[in-house]
Amino acid sequence: MTPYLVIALLVIPIAASFSALLTNHIVRLASRRLAALTIFCCASLVAYEITLSGEVVDIVLSGWQVPLGIRLHVDGLSALLLVMTGFIAACITFFAEAYFGKQAQRGRLAFFWPLWFLAWTALNGLFVSGDAFNLYVTLEIINLAAVAMVALPRTEEAVKAALGYLVIAFLGSLSYLFGVAILYTSLGTLDIQLLAHRAVADGPFILAAVLMLIGLMIKTALFPLHFWLPPAHASAPTPVSALLSGLVVTASAYMIVRFGFTVFAPLLTTPVTMLLGLLGALAVVWGSLHAFMQERVKMVIAYSTIAQLGYVFVVFPIVTINPDSVSLVWYGVLYFMVSHACAKAAAFLAAGTLKKALGHDSIAHIGGAAIHWPMVLMAFGLAGVNLIGLPPSGGFIGKWLMLQGAIKAGQWLIVATLIVGSLLAAAYIFRVLRVALRTPEGPPPQAQNIAPLAALALILAMAPLLLGVFSQFPFALLAVGSPFGGAP
Amino acid sequence: MTVNLLYSITGLLIFFMGICGLMFHRSLVRQTLALNIAGAGIFLFLVAQAYKSDTVPPDPVPHGLVLTGIVIGASATALMLFLIGVHQSVSKSSNDEGERGS
Repeated sequence: MTPYLVIALLVIPIAASFSALLTNHIVRLASRRLAALTIFCCASLVAYEITLSGEVVDIVLSGWQVPLGIRLHVDGLSALLLVMTGFIAACITFFAEAYFGKQAQRGRLAFFWPLWFLAWTALNGLFVSGDAFNLYVTLEIINLAAVAMVALPRTEEAVKAALGYLVIAFLGSLSYLFGVAILYTSLGTLDIQLLAHRAVADGPFILAAVLMLIGLMIKTALFPLHFWLPPAHASAPTPVSALLSGLVVTASAYMIVRFGFTVFAPLLTTPVTMLLGLLGALAVVWGSLHAFMQERVKMVIAYSTIAQLGYVFVVFPIVTINPDSVSLVWYGVLYFMVSHACAKAAAFLAAGTLKKALGHDSIAHIGGAAIHWPMVLMAFGLAGVNLIGLPPSGGFIGKWLMLQGAIKAGQWLIVATLIVGSLLAAAYIFRVLRVALRTPEGPPPQAQNIAPLAALALILAMAPLLLGVFSQFPFALLAVGSPFGGAP
Repeated sequence: MTVNLLYSITGLLIFFMGICGLMFHRSLVRQTLALNIAGAGIFLFLVAQAYKSDTVPPDPVPHGLVLTGIVIGASATALMLFLIGVHQSVSKSSNDEGERGS
């Protein structure tokens, strides 16, 4: 049963993509709603069955055995990310429908839907892929679809941001592709598990690892390769911003974690992890400070993405300094990534709703927004709770595990970075909320029906809290096929 | 030194030339070309590595990778050229409006 569900996760979104391009308006509407809900249900079922059976699902496509064939590999981590993608993308699908309204039925914006489901197909494909080259292909499809969606409004700002994003994404994938090419010629396989098995730290392997990591770091916007992210993420239409900041960067961060802890494990020496940790710490501080100085709500959230992704790298030194706490780091980073994806998407949806209601998202002029539209600010605040890392959010649990790892390893600088990062996050979140909570100066601008938008943002913002309260289920899932044993 | 090692090293050099070109040119069309040159370097490397010897048939997997890589590279290039065109027309029309306004 599970293999068919995994295949359905790839077939349904691509079918929805074609349907959005070819059929008439009513079929489109029905098919995209149905597709969004079905994909989420399929992903949940896959996660449920994997948790129950406790076994990793391996699918060898059309009977061609590895190393020649292509293998789909779904372990607990993949399944959790599939559910996360399903939930976030389903929320954004309904949000986008209400957000674009009748505009997206014809004209240029109608192209949003085929691109949207194409990106969703590629995301699902990326998470189930067990092959380094397939990861390249799916990552590239995500980027091409995302660039086209960023450029959809055809304003000068949007097209410029899309071009900058495309150049950098193209560069990143070429670098990754060259790494994969060298890896294949020296180790003779593309399958991740076989690669991890055969890895030897020799010259070609190091070159391949450096090229692949640089490529992925560009796409994950790790400091100092982050400069392309804020314009692309903030100037895109809101549903696209949420997709980019919530899911697309998580996909490449997932690849770094996947490769870093398995295939490249022989290369992880203290100087290497120290460098990654330093870059992560700089990203946390630099991104947070810039987020604090922005004038627009969407820019605050975009810079916050740079800061939050930094945490994924901050804890790398612990892996080599104290190998006993590697399991804490592994679970902490993954839990943090998943919660961040939900919270970040929710924050962008809330900001977009505010922008729709007010006609702008300039922080100086959102006074009274919390009184006019309490649901929207509630969603933003809940997402903020997770970004700061307050209990009972999933972000808190992730950070708590990382903190425990750092304390066990005696790495006080990492502890300090984690705490400073949280304080800075509190600063930029409360800066927005403080203005929004002021007494309104007048009645709200013209009555726009933003209730469905606000409700969807709020539903998505609840997800990190649920991850915090019901953490036993995701942890049981993550333990399936984990390289570092059960949850701590 | 075998011939395929020579090709592989040439591929590596072409890749880094493309990356340098990307960094030193501001024009978007030139950047597109630079990225395509870097891609061509990777493909040369892969095709050279597929060769084993005159008697053994070459490894088919790198050829498959190159074909896929070419398709993706062509799509990205097409998207990029299209966006450059849109960018030029959009910035031109906004300049025109600016002049009319003043």
